[in-house]
Amino acid sequence: MPQAEPAVAIRHLVKSYRRGNQVVPVLSDITLDIAGGEFVALMGPSGSGKSTLLNLIAGIDCPDSGELRVCGTDIMTLDEAGLADWRARNVGFIFQFYNLMPVLTAFENVELPLLLTALPARERRERVGVALAMVGLADRMEHYPSELSGGQQQRVAIARAIITDPSILVADEPTGDLDRASAEDILGLMERMNRDLGKTIIMVTHDPHAAQRARLLKHLDKGVLID
Amino acid sequence: MHLLKLILRNALRHRLRTLLTVLGLLVAILSFGLLQTVVDAWYSGANNAAPDRLVTRSAVSLMVPLPVHYRDKIRALDGVRGVAKANWFAGVYQEPKNFFPQFAIDAVPYLAMYPEYRIAENQMRDFLRDRKGAVVGRKLADTYGFRIGDTVPLKGTVFSGNWDFVVRAIYEGATPRTDTSQFFFHWDYLNESVRARAPQRADQVGVFVVQVADISRAAEVSRAIDAQFANSAVETLTETEQAFQIGFVKQTEAIVIAIRIVSFVVIFIILAVMANTMAMTARERMAEYATLKALGFGPGFLGGLIYGESLAIAAAGALLGIALTFPVADWFAGRMGTLFPVFEVSGSTVQLQIACAAVVGIAAAVLPASRAARVRIVEGLRAA
Repeated sequence: MPQAEPAVAIRHLVKSYRRGNQVVPVLSDITLDIAGGEFVALMGPSGSGKSTLLNLIAGIDCPDSGELRVCGTDIMTLDEAGLADWRARNVGFIFQFYNLMPVLTAFENVELPLLLTALPARERRERVGVALAMVGLADRMEHYPSELSGGQQQRVAIARAIITDPSILVADEPTGDLDRASAEDILGLMERMNRDLGKTIIMVTHDPHAAQRARLLKHLDKGVLID
Repeated sequence: MHLLKLILRNALRHRLRTLLTVLGLLVAILSFGLLQTVVDAWYSGANNAAPDRLVTRSAVSLMVPLPVHYRDKIRALDGVRGVAKANWFAGVYQEPKNFFPQFAIDAVPYLAMYPEYRIAENQMRDFLRDRKGAVVGRKLADTYGFRIGDTVPLKGTVFSGNWDFVVRAIYEGATPRTDTSQFFFHWDYLNESVRARAPQRADQVGVFVVQVADISRAAEVSRAIDAQFANSAVETLTETEQAFQIGFVKQTEAIVIAIRIVSFVVIFIILAVMANTMAMTARERMAEYATLKALGFGPGFLGGLIYGESLAIAAAGALLGIALTFPVADWFAGRMGTLFPVFEVSGSTVQLQIACAAVVGIAAAVLPASRAARVRIVEGLRAA
């Protein structure tokens, strides 16, 4: 029986930044497979390259060399418009500071990625209702982000991340701006997304408590994957 | 629809900043409109000129009068329908600041050439009967409260002495753009009085207004008139009424150019203010733009947001500015009395105001939109 293609297949990935005339290496020869439905935590000290690796997997940054296949697509071959389209279909984003549009209600924020689809308004409404109910915010649909707590805002962000039913959720320090109780709440929600909806989750975190919720832990140090 | 909603909500995000920017645009568009209207008013004489009217004057200068007997020679030329004498009077009513144009005219032929001056039949009859009678325009009558039967004393400057005229008729304009700020009286009265006071200045005419039978022959008739008086003691220069009026404006062209430049400088200043507002706005929202890009929205959507917001603010300022231009222009015209015979906001001025607002709205968004479109997502997200 042929082995299923991993959700993320990375081979000899290299990434560096230019700072003036200097080339600063960030990731060196990263090779990693992440199976579909996995919940991975990327850990490491500041500057270890974990966020850069997450950005590369999410298709919002470009590697210098190596191979990078995500959800069966060699994303290094895509141009900017192709990448945008690919992200819209395959990746859900959860940011540390939620990154919600402050002028849009919870409902409208969650609906935003659906505007890139051809779904009719009625279906969009239904989907948003379901997503917000899943994160426990069915009664906060008309609230603006400023009217919600940090934990609630992150729940809205999670609803937005899953609304297009992407294969992969990328989360950069999703609990970094939350108190312990809210953080536990969000991590529980992410676990549910992974367990019940089969989403592949790749999470960058500093927090060992958060990392414990993942099923697979990967450590980076100075741009090298150490386990 | 969603884009529009996002644009409007973004525009109202910093209400004070938006309000101040709209206020600045309002003032700029209003000022621009008023300054353009001043320029239009400057050219109103030329714009209201009829194509069948010519003006014959001394080829040397307007200050050099023409002999009155030229009239018969001009009238005898082929293609001439009518000729009327006219002298600039330049009297002072009460005090020098009360300026209005005064002309001594050949009443019947002159007024026949200006059908845009509407005079009631009985008033016209009274005017023609009274040697000291005068016809005043509606705007002039309203400005100084002249009524039929009033005596208007003028202190002569070109023609010295005190002169009394009796208002016998008030003419209305055929259109709102007709100059109704003028004062006409009988050339014969002027000439008789001058003959009595300074006989050597009698029988002299400032200009002849000539009406041609066929507009297409205006140039030919002009040449014929000037040829008639070539090598005479006082050679003539004949031109269309419009060219004659433009000649006057040209004497003050530097002022008109300055006004035009100032009007565009005002627009340039508000463009800089607006560009700064949009740059600040876009800088503050860079993380949002990066988030939208991460979610899959392209540069076109971001451009739509920024251009849309900029144009929405510009449109709000322009609408208010244009709406205010009309009452402010009316108020200004009232304050200026007869200085500007016609002070009307024209359709082309409103079009220019709209065009300027559109240019400001678009130009102010060019750099922020380009920056938002080019920003790398990871860099934009760091701005959160």
